[in-house]
Amino acid sequence: MILPAQYLALAGLLFATGVVGVLARRNAIVMFMSIELMLNAVNLTLVTFARMHGNLDGQVLAFFVMIVAAAEAVVGLALIVSIFRRTKSVSVDDAGELRG
Amino acid sequence: MEQWIFWIVAPISLGSAIAMLMARNTVHAAMLLVVNFFTLAVFYVVQNADFLAAVQVIVYAGAIMVLFLFVIMLIGDKDEDLTERIKGQRTTALLLGFGLAALTVFTIRTALSTAEFRGLAEASKGGNVEAIGRAIFTRYLWPFEVTSLLLIVAAIAAIVIGRRSTSDDEEIEPEPSDSPAPIAAAPVAEPRDGRA
Repeated sequence: MILPAQYLALAGLLFATGVVGVLARRNAIVMFMSIELMLNAVNLTLVTFARMHGNLDGQVLAFFVMIVAAAEAVVGLALIVSIFRRTKSVSVDDAGELRG
Repeated sequence: MEQWIFWIVAPISLGSAIAMLMARNTVHAAMLLVVNFFTLAVFYVVQNADFLAAVQVIVYAGAIMVLFLFVIMLIGDKDEDLTERIKGQRTTALLLGFGLAALTVFTIRTALSTAEFRGLAEASKGGNVEAIGRAIFTRYLWPFEVTSLLLIVAAIAAIVIGRRSTSDDEEIEPEPSDSPAPIAAAPVAEPRDGRA
């Protein structure tokens, strides 16, 4: 007999891992991957709550989160490529100013 | 049965996430993230979210990770210099992460330790994909249409941001060393180098 708390605890740990990734790493691509990790952890909680309440709305919301994550990844990676062309670096420390 | 699957797959999921953080090579980090996405797809299948499991594999592990790998290949794998510009950044990040994890797990234990699954047997009668399709195209039709607009705007934005500027050719490849710096801007740029 599995409990919702197990899945939710796992999702919380995954989310915390993503937070550490964003705070500790300075490679912009790895920071982006950590953000994707956090979005996935939230999706896991949404699916778990959907099953816990016997209601499909959580799964629909997780689907919308996936769409937004795809759009966010497209724009963010385009920004990273654009910054790389100017500064020749993917470290966020070198992108400290917005002036071109 | 589900307990077995959980206790086998959950360590893989968490381990791949932590290994992703510690990977020096960006391509390795991307591969570990793909492993993590697949473990989440397993959890979706186990939790009667068949449609989301398929979308997870196709969109996340397929499309988004290919996009990531494209950018990594385009940029080249550069080593991150490990000198900390902010003092104690990594230890502080680890402490905050542990604090957040402890807080989340403690909250879930106290609030939801006795909660049980009601199950989706009646909610997804006639199949999970059919039920989700019915929800998206009736109750959530307006948000669904708005997401199509969002995707178009994101695609246009990616094209506009990512293209090289062709109208003004002098902006391409501005080498900071030989380009004459504006006199007014020079003193402003000084403190930034001093801080580094």
